[in-house]
Amino acid sequence: MTAVSISAPRRVVELTVDGTPVRVTEGSTILDACKRAGIETPTLCYGDTLTPVNVCRVCVVELEGARTLVPSCSRKVEDGMVVHTDSPRVRTSRKLVLELLASSVDLSLADDARRYAADYDAHPERFGPDAATVAQDVKIDNDLYVRDYSKCILCYRCVEACGVDHQNTFAIHVAGRGFGAHISTELDVPLPDSACVYCGNCIAVCPTGALMFKSEYDLRQAGAWDESRQTEVRTVCPYCGVGCNLELHVQDGDIVKVTSPDDHDVTRGNLCIKGRFGFQHVQNRD
Amino acid sequence: MDLRLLDAEPTDAERTAIDAVVGTAAAGDGRVVRGDRHRRHLLLPALRAAQRRAGWVSEGALGYASRRLDVPPADAYGVASFYALLALEERPAEVLHVCTDLACALAGAVVPEGAHASPCLGLCERAPAALRTIAGEAPREIQLPETGPPLPQAGEDGLRLLRRIAAGLDPASIDDYRAHGGFTALARARELGPEGVRKAVADAGLLGRGGAAFPTGAKWDAVARQPAQPHYLVCNADESEPGTFKDRVLMEQDPFALVEAMAIAAYATDCTHGYVYVRAEYPLAHERVENAIAQTRAAGLLGDFDVELRIGAGAYVCGEETALFQSIEGYRGEPRNKPPFPVEVGLFGKPTVVNNVETLANVPEILNGDARETRLFCVSGNVTRPGLYELELGTPLRALLELAGAEPVKTVLLGGAAGSFLRPDQLDLPLSFEGAREAGATLGSGVVLVFGEEADLTAAVLRIAEFFRDESCGQCVPCRVGTVRQEEALHRLASGATLGNEVETLADLAQVMRDASICGLGQTAASAVQSAMINLEVLTP
Repeated sequence: MTAVSISAPRRVVELTVDGTPVRVTEGSTILDACKRAGIETPTLCYGDTLTPVNVCRVCVVELEGARTLVPSCSRKVEDGMVVHTDSPRVRTSRKLVLELLASSVDLSLADDARRYAADYDAHPERFGPDAATVAQDVKIDNDLYVRDYSKCILCYRCVEACGVDHQNTFAIHVAGRGFGAHISTELDVPLPDSACVYCGNCIAVCPTGALMFKSEYDLRQAGAWDESRQTEVRTVCPYCGVGCNLELHVQDGDIVKVTSPDDHDVTRGNLCIKGRFGFQHVQNRD
Repeated sequence: MDLRLLDAEPTDAERTAIDAVVGTAAAGDGRVVRGDRHRRHLLLPALRAAQRRAGWVSEGALGYASRRLDVPPADAYGVASFYALLALEERPAEVLHVCTDLACALAGAVVPEGAHASPCLGLCERAPAALRTIAGEAPREIQLPETGPPLPQAGEDGLRLLRRIAAGLDPASIDDYRAHGGFTALARARELGPEGVRKAVADAGLLGRGGAAFPTGAKWDAVARQPAQPHYLVCNADESEPGTFKDRVLMEQDPFALVEAMAIAAYATDCTHGYVYVRAEYPLAHERVENAIAQTRAAGLLGDFDVELRIGAGAYVCGEETALFQSIEGYRGEPRNKPPFPVEVGLFGKPTVVNNVETLANVPEILNGDARETRLFCVSGNVTRPGLYELELGTPLRALLELAGAEPVKTVLLGGAAGSFLRPDQLDLPLSFEGAREAGATLGSGVVLVFGEEADLTAAVLRIAEFFRDESCGQCVPCRVGTVRQEEALHRLASGATLGNEVETLADLAQVMRDASICGLGQTAASAVQSAMINLEVLTP
């Protein structure tokens, strides 16, 4: 991402979204066109710094001439496409996807998913109290972050961030198959025995709170986590000369977690272990 | 990249087995052995070799394969844990996989203690069936029972694809294949030129026999005109649709025809390299196809083209063409979103022709001037003469049922688990693409699974739901969770402990799976279930 585009100008493609003509550059997705048309589209696995994997299927739209619905996050626009984003077919599929997720995964910290579920009138309870879930114990195997896969919707974002999209560490992958598919290190070994470098870039992209700073997890367990009392302070990481921007999340005078803005040219939301977790010395009052 | 590797070392036997696939490691200082990241496509063959040697994929074997091929261990673990026939926990060298799928269940399949229940093994004509896998120095797999009813079952006079098999061809001999008219079509192809071959196939109106019935000529034309190189040819022989065994019979009994057809297809579409991807459950097909490839290559008949055998590891979804590419490339068999289609971006990102075995088997016949349109039907279930039948397209289903000696029939599952159950009044439909479509059904992969008056349809519907739940790759939400919810709702209906309107819940699940799943597996996961409920009122309150 450079400040000045140096590529050749791209052709403009015209399509129709919900009856309105929309013009976007070639190579854009239907999701981009929806944004241009001011239409909000629910997304869960899509991340603006990641390659679309189109697995959650909550962003599906109806494309005239297509047998099935298509994922707007990854389907490229073509001239003359006619797209419907609010047809009964679209609404039914989005609602069902949200019901399937809400009935199988703990979405208590997945604010977007919960909002969409309300928007689409999802009733996950229709599948009954015995519906299979991914509930399991929280994995706490290091001092920096915890993994609560009861909250995992398997959006692949952490795998992408750990892999070629960001970190190129490849400590985790999807393992197993079907409903048993899950995020795992090799042979499910604890993180300290894996390739993890604790950059925390997986935490930054997780949309459901399945990956969480240990500091946040401990405060939540103690009932002391309170975002209304938190402020965010933008600063520059002091450790090296790259110039990563840090957003320090501060509650009651303590740093409780660190993020970096997705739209920052240097980091695109990413940090290393020092910027992400190396803040204890700031608040070491001994 | 610098990989963090697993600490465990392979045993010497595992190392030798993996080296036989990936080559011997270059002598290093003993500390660092650099892998070659361009050979990731050897991951599944390497894991298979380790499993066949040791009976399971140990930590040492997984680590060694990852190191040699430069695949991160977590990634390799993701691949190994995807495939049902790879074991990540130690188990005996000898394992019995007992089929509990539809045809075998009708034949009273029982899983003995210590054996593993298996989805359809493609041996439906000799149900109940099993597969014995024996690991060790001389690993082998045995299909049980080892022989089935006579093949083909009927119609000796009009046979086309099964002609040589009926005439007693020796499937291991290239000379015998030639004596039965083999390789004349390849010679004819070289006279016609690539464009002429494509025109002949297009003019014949050949439609894909794997299930989707896509026009073969159009697919070939699309690949032939792609500027990107190389072009790949893939034969999809991952036949795993429950009730289907036609491709197995073709590969076991007439393997040279497949190799000849692939040579023709490659010539017509400018492919230099081809793969035959055969499911792991077909050991005899592996042996016969490998032999046919070797003999044809040795006879100099492949020209510039070469083809290799790849073997799956237990995953129905790998019959989906893009999942099959992922599997050949050494990844989890997760289907890709389409577009782009394989004709543009296929195997290794290159233009790729993918054809089913039976589809390819039609090509030499077309070039030899036999314009008849026949189709193979896999008949199993409650019939006195189960087996493979070759009939002209348009033959009434009733005629096939009579040939096969069907008992009084309650219903037929047409097209497999991804197909549909027919109403009694539909049993006269003509076996053609249009005839099936008009009945709201599909010929699919040619499955005609017969359920007699006494058959338990509830059990069959529950087995189909279980099959899709087991075989979902888990990538997209509609299929990963939808197949679980479908099975749960059906069990509630079967037990009478229903919650609200289960029929409506199942219809909603069917819609989201059909409309929003990534691939054909999810899109058809409710098809047979819905047809049983709607056409036959099975599990309908």
